[in-house]
Amino acid sequence: MSTTPLLRVAGVNKRFGGLQALSDVGIEIERGQIYGLIGPNGAGKTTFFNVITGLYSPDSGSFELDGKPYSPSEPHRVAAAGIARTFQNIRLFPEMTALENVMVGRHVRTHSTALGAVLRTRATRREEEAIRQRAADLLAYVGVAKYADFQARTLAYGDQRRLEIARALATDPKLLALDEPAAGMNATEKLALRGLLENIRKDGVTILLIEHDVKLVMGLTDRVTVLDYGKVIAAGSPYEVQRDPAVIEAYLGGAHQNVATKDAA
Amino acid sequence: METFIQQVINGLVLGSVYSLIALGYTMVYGILNLINFAHGDVLMVGALTALSTILVLKAHFPDAPGWLLMLCGLATAIPVCVVVSLVIERVAYRPLRNAPRLAPLITAIGVSIILQTLAMLIWGRNYMQFPQLLPGEPIHILGATITVTKLAIVVLSALIMVALMLLVNRTRLGRAMRATAENPRVAGLMGVNPNYVIAVTFAIGASLAAVAGVMIAANYAVAHFYMGFMPGLKAFTAAVLGGIGNIPGAMVGGLLLGLIESLGAGYIGQLTGGVLGSHYQDVFAFIVLCGVLILRPQGLLGERVADRA
Amino acid sequence: MRLFFPQWRHSKAAAIVATFVVGACLVLLPFVASEIGNAWVRALAFAALYVMLALGLNIVVGFAGLLDLGYIAFYAVGAYMYALLASPHLTNNFPALAAAFPDGFHSSIWLVIPLGAALAAFFGVVLGAPVLKLRGDYLAIVTLGFGEIIRIFLLNLNQPVNLTNGPQGITLIDPVSILGVSLARPANFFGISLPSVYLYYYLFVLLAVVSVVISIRLQESRLGRAWMAIREDEVAAKAMGINTRNVKLLAFALGATFGGVAGAMFSAFQGFISPESFTLHESIIVLAMVVLGGIGHIPGVILGAVMLAMLPEFLRATAVPVQRALFGEVVVDAEVLRMMLYGLAMVLVMLYRPKGLWPAPEHGKQRPGTAENAPSASIV
Repeated sequence: MSTTPLLRVAGVNKRFGGLQALSDVGIEIERGQIYGLIGPNGAGKTTFFNVITGLYSPDSGSFELDGKPYSPSEPHRVAAAGIARTFQNIRLFPEMTALENVMVGRHVRTHSTALGAVLRTRATRREEEAIRQRAADLLAYVGVAKYADFQARTLAYGDQRRLEIARALATDPKLLALDEPAAGMNATEKLALRGLLENIRKDGVTILLIEHDVKLVMGLTDRVTVLDYGKVIAAGSPYEVQRDPAVIEAYLGGAHQNVATKDAA
Repeated sequence: METFIQQVINGLVLGSVYSLIALGYTMVYGILNLINFAHGDVLMVGALTALSTILVLKAHFPDAPGWLLMLCGLATAIPVCVVVSLVIERVAYRPLRNAPRLAPLITAIGVSIILQTLAMLIWGRNYMQFPQLLPGEPIHILGATITVTKLAIVVLSALIMVALMLLVNRTRLGRAMRATAENPRVAGLMGVNPNYVIAVTFAIGASLAAVAGVMIAANYAVAHFYMGFMPGLKAFTAAVLGGIGNIPGAMVGGLLLGLIESLGAGYIGQLTGGVLGSHYQDVFAFIVLCGVLILRPQGLLGERVADRA
Repeated sequence: MRLFFPQWRHSKAAAIVATFVVGACLVLLPFVASEIGNAWVRALAFAALYVMLALGLNIVVGFAGLLDLGYIAFYAVGAYMYALLASPHLTNNFPALAAAFPDGFHSSIWLVIPLGAALAAFFGVVLGAPVLKLRGDYLAIVTLGFGEIIRIFLLNLNQPVNLTNGPQGITLIDPVSILGVSLARPANFFGISLPSVYLYYYLFVLLAVVSVVISIRLQESRLGRAWMAIREDEVAAKAMGINTRNVKLLAFALGATFGGVAGAMFSAFQGFISPESFTLHESIIVLAMVVLGGIGHIPGVILGAVMLAMLPEFLRATAVPVQRALFGEVVVDAEVLRMMLYGLAMVLVMLYRPKGLWPAPEHGKQRPGTAENAPSASIV
């Protein structure tokens, strides 16, 4: 049983013109954890996500997944290495059906070639069937099986978020990075989401999530890192972090209210 | 050395024309993120309109001085091109302002074809001779020769570019144009009518194209329905080379491309040991185009395109 | 067949019947057309060739969403490849080759088709690799530039070594010969004499059908999904592990193969080729076929190809006599009219029916009560 962290990132700096978006940010996530990344709007949480998943290239930083260094230079390589993500603004493939969206997620773990497709070889047909089946299973797993043949853009908001999670899971990730999965959800949906995330963790996938909903973060995460103005101001258990004066200060003092906003930075 | 100077002079002449055309491309792209594929054909319309005017005037006033005929030609070519350009913008581009970017590009290709076929119908398919209107004896400079026509091209282009820079940087309209080019919606909030500014942009571009078309026809003494394609494509290359959307960039890009083409065509025989001849001249522009887009897509002076978020 | 008419998705019998009916029509078509005029049969053969081209471009433009304005370059590559391998040109100009191949260059169709495909794919990779990262309109212009560069080289590669014979082109190209039977001579089929044009028509229709099958299989494969994902949201596609560069390159190369094979067939059919046949206008015509018919929708693309390919013949048959009747003379030449209609078609389609005349039906179900007019992921 390895004790190296699943994800070890250190010293990440990222500057956009005059703005230092990230300063010496690092994170260590143990296998099987649910890890939270929180902070006020504009703190750099999504920027950090984009860096570790290869969408932005950092000015500096070291990145290690499962003990092996990886270079976050190209998103598809990061996905192949084992980090899958969802997006703050939901980026599904709008005109593909829910099932097809998840099938696309299987792309990185499958190998059928153009030649195989043209010749309809048995291996290709078998793989297609396996892809279809796995996608259907994942849709059921997240709870949107009945929308399998519906265009993704026509799904209800909460269902779209769950679909995006299913698609990310289809890539068989070691680490699932979720950017505000609960944004815009009502209390019932959030409860269901919490159950889903705990199932995902139980089934062996480590989770990193950006979230604003305090109750969700407190109840769900094992450890939390707090960002403010691109710097790490606290890291520890949710309980510790909630009481950290620097964190309270960052959130403008006083009890932090539930500010689940859809258009957070 | 004389060859070199000759090629440089030729390059400047060529480059001046490219600059004028490139300005039209760059201004439209700066505001609309649209490659006005039909711009080269507007140039052609200008040249042919001027030619018709000149031929008619010549028939009625055979003793009229050449430069006067030339001016009359320009006086008809410019308004015609402006009208054509505004009609195109209104009918083919404006309805597609919010469509995915490739839709207006396809429309632009269609418009280009329509202009060419209309030209074929009006002026026929044959190459037409453009009369020599300015004195033809060559002037000698630094061991190279230049005709009055070529000199006129360079001088006129320079004057026009100066005037344009003044317009864009020192006038209210110019400020409105720059604002719209940067962010149409915010400019609108500031009281600028974007449709008006866009129309003006097209009109200015078309005028420059008309002048360029007449210059090309006068320089090569020929005009025909397909004459706009190559200069148009090369001028677009020049615009990209300088940085699309960037007005000084278009000027620099045009001159630079003219020089590259002229020097390249002049020396390619020597460079390749006789394998490639000067009929590969057109290829230079394409190679520059592909090279710039692949290696430095923002161009030499940086691109300036509208924030259309 | 079931792709064409989705309402038959669940009726295998209807699909089979439809296939037979269409098949029969295709077989009988030349006989019907020749009643109107022999030129029509030739036009039909070219239409089949254009269907291949349009389907190839459809892979690039329709499936992968990449606007290629220089597609005709692959057609040229295939055509010149066959011309060089199946005509006296090389043996006439290079005595060393003449000595090595005293009977001249002749190539079997079984060699030419795969070779044409492979060569075109190679060019597709070479031309595509540096440019696929460019944004849409820049990609269009660069591909246009590449197409022109190839045409200029074909026009000028008659010095210092005469490879392409420059503007005069290459003549005396062998006709296609299958299993010893040359398609240039009429064949006897169950007592019916089939002229050479009919034979070429059947060959091209067969190749077109193969193209359709390949297109459908690609569209519904893992690769087809990857293309659609890239078209809909390239960033999300990358995040899901799709190597977008390679996938786009594959579209370019596969699209090119259709062009290469069509080019080789064109070369054999016409017996003569020159750079004149491979201009930007030709690239635009093929694009117009895809756009007019329905970008990305295979039946639409076929419709567009057939319509625009038959248009010249149709115009010659109607525009000329109509104008003579109305004006006493031909005011607008059929050629010019044809080009004008292409231009108008492109403008009007983009303005009023951007998805084409026969667009793909709504993909997937809609949840009742959801907004129908969300912005589309199509490139137009």
